[in-house]
Amino acid sequence: MLEQLTTHARDAEQKNKRWSYASISDHIADIVLRKNFGWRWWLLLGISSAGTLIFFGAIAYLFSVGVGIWGIDIPVAWGFAIGNFVWWIGIGHAGTFISAVLLLLRQRWRTSINRFAEAMTLFAASIAGLFPILHLGRPWFFYWLLPYPDVMNVWPQWRSPLVWDFFAISTYITVSLLFWYVGLIPDLATLRDRAHGTRAQIIYGLFALGWRGDAIHWARFEQAYLLLAGLATPLVVSVHSIVSLDFAIGNTPGYHSTIFPPYFVAGALFSGFAMVLTLAIPLRHYFHLEQFITPVHLNNAAKVLLATGAIVTYGYASEIFMAFYSDDPYERYVAINRATGPYAPVYWTMLCCNVALPQLLWFKRVRHSIATLFAISLVINIGMWLERMMIVITSLHRDFLPSAWGMFWPTRWDWIIFFGSVALFVFLFLMFIRLLPAISIFEMRQLGHAAESSQ
Amino acid sequence: MNISLDRRQFIKLIAATGAIAQTACSRPPPETILPYVHMPERMLPGAPEYYATAFVQHGYAIGVLIESNMGRPIKIEGNPHHPASRGATNTFAQASILQLWDPDRSRSVRRDGIVSTWSEWLSAISSISVEAQKNRGAGLRILTGNITSPTLLAQLQQLKIQFPNLHWHTYEPLHNDNASAGATLAFGKPLDVIYRIERANVIVTLDADFLSHGPAATIYAREFAARRRPDHAAGMNRVYALECSPGLLGTVADHRIPLSPAELERAAWQLAELIEGNTINDAPNWLQQIALDLNRHRGESLIIAGPRLPPSLHALAHSLNERLNNSQHTIQYIAPVVPPQNASLQELVSAMSDGGVDTLFILNNNAVYQAPAALEFSAALKHVRCSIHAGFYVDETARQCQWHVPLAHTYEQWSDARAYDGTATIVQPLIAPLYGGTSPHEILNRLLGNESRSAYDTVRAYWRSLRSENFDAFWQSVLQRGVIADSAFPSQTVVARPVEKSRALNDASLTAIFAADPAVDDGEYSNNGWLQELPRPLSAMTWDNAALMSVATARRYNVNNGDIVELQHNGRRLQTPVWIVPGHADRAITLPLGYGRWAAGNSGNGVGFNAYALRPVDSSWFIDGIQLRKLGTRYSFALTQTQTDSADRKPVLHATLTELRAQPEFVRIDTEKNSGAGSLYPEYSYDNYKWGMTIDLSACIGCNACTIACQAENNIPVVGKNEVARGRHMHWIRVDHYFEGSKEDESAQKNPTVLYQPVPCMHCERAPCEEVCPVGATMHDSEGLNVQVYNRCVGTRFCSNNCPYKVRRFNFLQYADRERESLKAQRNPEVTVRQRGVMEKCTYCLQRITRGRIEAEKRGTPLRDGEIVTACQAVCPTQAIAFGNLNDGDSAVARAQHSSRNYTLLEELNTKPRTTYLAKISNPNASISAQLSKPEPRDA
Repeated sequence: MLEQLTTHARDAEQKNKRWSYASISDHIADIVLRKNFGWRWWLLLGISSAGTLIFFGAIAYLFSVGVGIWGIDIPVAWGFAIGNFVWWIGIGHAGTFISAVLLLLRQRWRTSINRFAEAMTLFAASIAGLFPILHLGRPWFFYWLLPYPDVMNVWPQWRSPLVWDFFAISTYITVSLLFWYVGLIPDLATLRDRAHGTRAQIIYGLFALGWRGDAIHWARFEQAYLLLAGLATPLVVSVHSIVSLDFAIGNTPGYHSTIFPPYFVAGALFSGFAMVLTLAIPLRHYFHLEQFITPVHLNNAAKVLLATGAIVTYGYASEIFMAFYSDDPYERYVAINRATGPYAPVYWTMLCCNVALPQLLWFKRVRHSIATLFAISLVINIGMWLERMMIVITSLHRDFLPSAWGMFWPTRWDWIIFFGSVALFVFLFLMFIRLLPAISIFEMRQLGHAAESSQ
Repeated sequence: MNISLDRRQFIKLIAATGAIAQTACSRPPPETILPYVHMPERMLPGAPEYYATAFVQHGYAIGVLIESNMGRPIKIEGNPHHPASRGATNTFAQASILQLWDPDRSRSVRRDGIVSTWSEWLSAISSISVEAQKNRGAGLRILTGNITSPTLLAQLQQLKIQFPNLHWHTYEPLHNDNASAGATLAFGKPLDVIYRIERANVIVTLDADFLSHGPAATIYAREFAARRRPDHAAGMNRVYALECSPGLLGTVADHRIPLSPAELERAAWQLAELIEGNTINDAPNWLQQIALDLNRHRGESLIIAGPRLPPSLHALAHSLNERLNNSQHTIQYIAPVVPPQNASLQELVSAMSDGGVDTLFILNNNAVYQAPAALEFSAALKHVRCSIHAGFYVDETARQCQWHVPLAHTYEQWSDARAYDGTATIVQPLIAPLYGGTSPHEILNRLLGNESRSAYDTVRAYWRSLRSENFDAFWQSVLQRGVIADSAFPSQTVVARPVEKSRALNDASLTAIFAADPAVDDGEYSNNGWLQELPRPLSAMTWDNAALMSVATARRYNVNNGDIVELQHNGRRLQTPVWIVPGHADRAITLPLGYGRWAAGNSGNGVGFNAYALRPVDSSWFIDGIQLRKLGTRYSFALTQTQTDSADRKPVLHATLTELRAQPEFVRIDTEKNSGAGSLYPEYSYDNYKWGMTIDLSACIGCNACTIACQAENNIPVVGKNEVARGRHMHWIRVDHYFEGSKEDESAQKNPTVLYQPVPCMHCERAPCEEVCPVGATMHDSEGLNVQVYNRCVGTRFCSNNCPYKVRRFNFLQYADRERESLKAQRNPEVTVRQRGVMEKCTYCLQRITRGRIEAEKRGTPLRDGEIVTACQAVCPTQAIAFGNLNDGDSAVARAQHSSRNYTLLEELNTKPRTTYLAKISNPNASISAQLSKPEPRDA
């Protein structure tokens, strides 16, 4: 139970204000190796697994009936599925940014948040990867986007950004998985060594790949990890840039814009860091990781939010400016229509969530108020989701010929599949914190060592 | 588990498993198949054949050629030799093929609602016949619709001779009685009128939408459109449409003047005075200008009165045409094609109520539904001892009658019918009756006592009696040509009497106008999914009707689109949703007939509201003093086009004739700034053919025939009201309409210019769709077509997003009905039936191109211009669509694309479409005040 954990943690704190190798390992590994995880975890797991089941049930229905169960139509042929895809991919970005870019930049504070941020990346990217397939009219032929040798000698059509997208996403998921897994190996070995049950020892042992903590192991590990970080770094920029090309390559006013790649990347980091905060704050609270995920981390994440939010705001402003500056009547109309048309409430709510409210982060008091930060992170998550929907839907619903204009109204299946994907994410995350250390043990140990030696 | 198996045991087990599996799979039951040894002569498997017959609507024939593929009739084309078609058809004729294959058709004889047998029915009718022989037809009555069939008329004549006491009643809800009475007033006898639209330079219509209604609408549309082209040798005509209810003609006229019925009557009499040269002080300027214009064009003008107007106005139109010397020039008179009325429905109802009807035959008529509710037809029907309904569906009338006998479809039986000008056509069957129906000829034969005489023999015998010499050759030739030469009625020279001025219509605060529905007509086509899903002109509404009213009327009653109102007249009530039509006359509402059916079939039941409920007993067209009350509830419609304001994007370029003369290249003004943009991709080269299409917006009347012809040709599924409301209709060619009028000018808002634009796939040279498809399912072909490979499509829908014209249609669900047997047989075997999850769009009728190309290759000569005709092009009554090879400089389409009016839609996007448009030109009278003229096009 949590009470036990609480007393345990308090004892540890009282015993030793400073963290030793052992106490770090104890504290983090214990979370995983403990038998009882508390009713809150079970409750959340219950809800999220029910949601996951509903999600898969809805997918089964989708596959058997067709994408017509959603609200999409002509002209709005893309709806929630694409919006969700972009949103989830965006969320994933923060993890890669934290683990790879900040590693290369030697930002040591990243250590306490990179593990779960990477897990978040992996889960979010995997869920995102589902959506383009769910979105297909004939999902059972999704592999036709792959350049596999075919007896008919047909290949994908390389001019289409969807093909580029396919590669971008699959590369991203692969690299994220590898990066995450490689980073886990020393910790898996720690868990193997500390696990009580035989089964846990075998399973952790298998995945630890025979890690013994040799100097050579460490040397190889550091090299591999750094290499992977190097590989992952360009992905932070490339994946969402290519996702944005799905839109920017199209000629639809509201899509056809050169600002899209940087604007999407910034938006991705923005929403990703918001999600990091959304996950970190409850995590540190319930597992008493305040010593590991400190206000400094939250403060830094909030600053990143402020910076990326500013870029996103610049993106919005630039879109509006270019619409009028270009004198393109269609672009101009899209800008006006977003602000005054039938989807205006979405637009203004989005601006409120993504532009107005994050300005509170300029204040140190706000950045240090955990509850406020948590609230702002949720607001940004919602705002970014609305932004994705706004881009996908409002651009399409009134494009060139007024006779073809139409509306998109989500159906219950749109909502079920969206919330189902959130449930799946929560489910995966709960399983992750139950089975794997949510904070990198070995890196925390290094950090502790560094702190000790600097004293 | 013990898994110690040695090799022998393992093989034994495998063998046993195999043996068990073998026994479990039983073979299919033995069935013998036989090769197609006795192939019908000339039939080539897969090659379509065409048979000439007629589509019959309200009794009148439109000559058609029916495409039959392996014995299955699948597509209707107009018969170029037939005077009412000349190669084109209307929407109803196109949809009639679906009616033929309708799974809801009546399949069996019914007695008291219970399935009976043909033999029981035959014995019943023979006893009726015996009874009638005895009492010479006393108590025997027949109710039919319009009949032009010479054979059937002869049979009825014979029936009357044999049974002098028999009464024959006719009822057509969309009757033309007023015109007939008007002719009697003017000429002393009923006469039919034939307009020579092409000869008229100035046309004034009085509530007469000759483009939509009447047996000659298709051919009138062709003649009308010929003179809407600015390059016509005789110049453009000028049309003034005075109308109570908005129709196609008003929308393409040079001046549309919406007037309530009473206002229109007043205007007509004032016009008469003005033509006489009298001055009227309170006559509006436009009316004076019309009179001047008419007087300037004596002998080459035309005044047309619509079927709804009272007889006095028809008589007035006749006398005015006489006075303007139009008679025999632009207008001709012939003997009535439908013989003058026998007895009316009202007389039948009173006879039935009095118990004077013993036996009633209702032949192909749905009076229980179509009779005015005030007449209480179905209550009176209960007094009939023996009621017999012969019809195509088990409809409302069939359910109230003692007997129901299924009739064969027109395309399943022998008969004959006359066109609007009297030209007769032999109706020949394309297929044996699917459900074994009989024909009215056979029913009458049985009544006459000629029990075994078939319809075929009856029709042949009738014509043999007229053309006895060389009959077989005559018969062969009329079947082949589809028309009986020289059977048109001769023009009569008559002189119209002057008419006394009289007022038949009252000024009322609100007049209800009944109207034929553009989709379901009088309700006959309610169960036709193609027609139900065909957007109604001016509203783009599908699967519904509504009380149509003007902007001002709606404001007066404080109602908006979709508000449900209750209409009340003489104690009868009707609840209906409202739809506002800009350009509708004030103080009037239009109630389209033909909806609210309860026994139409799966598609037609419960669609819309039933306007017959308010119709007065004499089936008159107007009722004044109607009460309107807003109920406060709402109704939602399914529209295929929700935006009618072109948002300053000028998709339809237009100018007046004067402006065109001043600036022939006016279409370039807008588009010049965008020319010359390049592309990163290499150009395609076309060595052989290079297909292209041009649509002349001056000729388009917005009738939607192209949409439905395309649906029939290309197996386009029907999706239903809910899916249309979601924005998922599947039409490959849509007819857009825009209301154009300056936003500041209130009167322009009330009576805006209407611009039509048919939009098929543009087959862009630099197609945005092709670039974004990840699997290459949409490709450029060697003849410039933008083709869609259904088998390769995975359904990303990126192509639709990237199509600026939004002509692509997606199978969001499994729309094509793959279960129903009869619908399988209806489909065009040359076109794939699409699966869910694939994109589709206009192919320029690729199957027709391929067929033509193969024929040309067999012949060894290149394709001639006009050899390949797309479905939309073939059906178009106004010949607005040209299609052909752009590599051939002499082809019609290449010449059209060199016209100064030629422009491309959204040229600034550099998509280089193959489909181009010819700008719309109008010919308004410059002297008419700006208020009623079209707004100045911004281009000029």
